[in-house]
Amino acid sequence: MATKNWPLWEIFVRSKNGLEHRHFGSLHAADAEMALENARDVYTRRNEGVSIWVVESKHITASNPENNGELFEPAQDKVYRHPTFYDVPDEVKHM
Amino acid sequence: MKNENLYNYILGIADNSLILGQRLGELCGHGPNLETDIACTNISLDLFGQVRSYFQYAGKIAGDGRSEDDISMLRKEHEYKNVLLVEQPNTNFAYIIVRQFLFDAYHLAFLRELQKSPDLTLSAIANKCVKEVSYHERFSSDWVRRLGDGTDESREKMQEAINDLWMYTDELFHQMEADKAMVAEGIGVDVTTLKEGYYAYVKEVLEEATIEVPESKYFQKGGKHGVHTEHLGYILAELQYMQRTYPNMEW
Repeated sequence: MATKNWPLWEIFVRSKNGLEHRHFGSLHAADAEMALENARDVYTRRNEGVSIWVVESKHITASNPENNGELFEPAQDKVYRHPTFYDVPDEVKHM
Repeated sequence: MKNENLYNYILGIADNSLILGQRLGELCGHGPNLETDIACTNISLDLFGQVRSYFQYAGKIAGDGRSEDDISMLRKEHEYKNVLLVEQPNTNFAYIIVRQFLFDAYHLAFLRELQKSPDLTLSAIANKCVKEVSYHERFSSDWVRRLGDGTDESREKMQEAINDLWMYTDELFHQMEADKAMVAEGIGVDVTTLKEGYYAYVKEVLEEATIEVPESKYFQKGGKHGVHTEHLGYILAELQYMQRTYPNMEW
């Protein structure tokens, strides 16, 4: 068996036209074309999607959990950033 | 049986998919990696799905109360009409891919013709199958190119597989009595007309994959007549185990 692993790819699937692509998971593939085919077989075999994006995992820059304090905690005590201090008129539906 | 030729014609189509589906099913949990494992078993399930439609239709034509299960599970080895190609073993991934590609290229061309059949059940089945098989052919021909035009080792293995399996290709274009009768009635596909296009396409892909096209003119035959290689008995032993051990069981 090969000792080298294929690179990892992140798979995004649009489940319906009009909806956005969502992250479904990841898989291994030798290149983008194979990643698409593998994604088709692994993630859309139960009719889950109408479109697939693949991106090699190494191209994703992720935030470091160690920095969560400075990145995210300052937002916790700023409730006024949520638009919850307005009275919504009855005529406005779907809010 | 009133429509014996049609019945035998359908079995000739369905048995190829049944036996190849069973072969691919053996890979469940044993594929070279998770993704390819799922791909091969997906193809297997597609083929079994197709087989159900064919056998349900065959059961209706037989008209003697036999169900799709009876027809698929209770025949003896010499009553199966599949080509020898599809019963060849999963020697290694190169053999699996080459066998698949050599069959898919035929299967796709065949279904495209069957879509035009005036028999509405057959053309409806073909319409459904053709999309599935287009994907099978895409999968297998991609892998032929990847492995052929890959490393020295992968090319060597692919070349060995194509050299070994080449002798089973000619049988795809043989006609049995039922085939000829169905062609004469305008219902069946005249497979002899597919041969030239098939070899031209297969050679094109093999050349792209830097694999040498075998020149051998010696071909094996017999499967369509029920004369099989030693492999089919073992396949059926596994396929029919439940029905033979617990006759008439249902689940």
